[in-house]
Amino acid sequence: MKLYNGGSILTGLVIFLGLVTFPLWFNAGSKAYSQPEVKLPAKEKECIESKEFMRKEHMQLLNEWRDWALREGKRTFVNSKGKEYTISLQNTCMKCHDNKAEFCDKCHNDQAVSPYCWDCHIQPEGLKK
Amino acid sequence: MNESRRHFLKFAGLTAAGLVAASAGGVLASSGGGGAPAKANKETLHATQWGMVIDTRKLSTDEAIAPLAAACHALHNVPNIPSKQNIKWLWSSSMEEAFPDFPNKYQSPEVEHRRVMLLCNHCEQPPCVRVCPTQATYKRADGIVTMDYHRCIGCRYCMAACPFGARSFNFGEPREYLDLTKLNKEYPTRMRGVVEKCTFCVERLEVGKQPACAEASGGAIAFGDLSDPESPARKALRENYTIRRKPSLGTEPSVYYII
Repeated sequence: MKLYNGGSILTGLVIFLGLVTFPLWFNAGSKAYSQPEVKLPAKEKECIESKEFMRKEHMQLLNEWRDWALREGKRTFVNSKGKEYTISLQNTCMKCHDNKAEFCDKCHNDQAVSPYCWDCHIQPEGLKK
Repeated sequence: MNESRRHFLKFAGLTAAGLVAASAGGVLASSGGGGAPAKANKETLHATQWGMVIDTRKLSTDEAIAPLAAACHALHNVPNIPSKQNIKWLWSSSMEEAFPDFPNKYQSPEVEHRRVMLLCNHCEQPPCVRVCPTQATYKRADGIVTMDYHRCIGCRYCMAACPFGARSFNFGEPREYLDLTKLNKEYPTRMRGVVEKCTFCVERLEVGKQPACAEASGGAIAFGDLSDPESPARKALRENYTIRRKPSLGTEPSVYYII
């Protein structure tokens, strides 16, 4: 069997494989991924729901909080254990998590997500020009 | 294998029915609004239609109205932009601008030259709500017309629809015009590209407080439930002659003015 234009095809294949596997060999020497270390509140040990729930579902929870508070006028949240909290990002969440840069941003930057919460809501650190 | 076509179709049908039932059940379970783990605050003031009665005899000058606007704007982080692009939730105007349907000649000069405090009328039939393409503006069960800024796309249909000019658009970043050291950190700001307006202080009503302007007015503003004959607003309406802005448009404003 004869391979027509074998030289170009093989060269092309080598270049193609090189490009496709670029992320693998480019990062081969670098450190393994480590989870970002978020700064947890010093005073409060318990969040409104379990750590696992908050990690996975906080965005859905915040969406529901927004609709309950704004549209339905329900500003008291009852968690799975029956404990009550005021529905408010600025006045409940951020009263314990009082450092956006050390808490929210750590994971969001790591995951390259940029939620637009702080375009309007005021972070506990305050705003600077 | 002895699979007949009849056998196969039976199983296929059953599987499809099962999948439909399961997904329908899932949708019902996840949308269950009744089981939402949220409820109104204990202190929340309830009403069927909140309303406001403003005494123009007492609030008749810019000097009288300015402190109310200042209280409102400080509380809600409303910027003061020195141009036509200013944001206002509460402001003052002339009688003529406020009540163009009130064209009597040779009026009492005292009445004719009063300044009038204006704000969103929280209409019973709000045209802004009808035109909003994203339902960012909506009417709540207690009659307050308010906004979810998260949803506002800045199309400004509501501003075109509102016959009272109660809405302002953020042409620029409002934070550039706010004193960032004096923000009310309990309340958000807005961002560029959204419309905003008075909310009848819904966040205060839900902690059992009166709207900021009514509280700062020293009795010149009566606030209450228009459907409750015993409310302060209804009492003020019973005892005084009142008018509303542009009643001929049929939007049924909930803000009344004692003349």
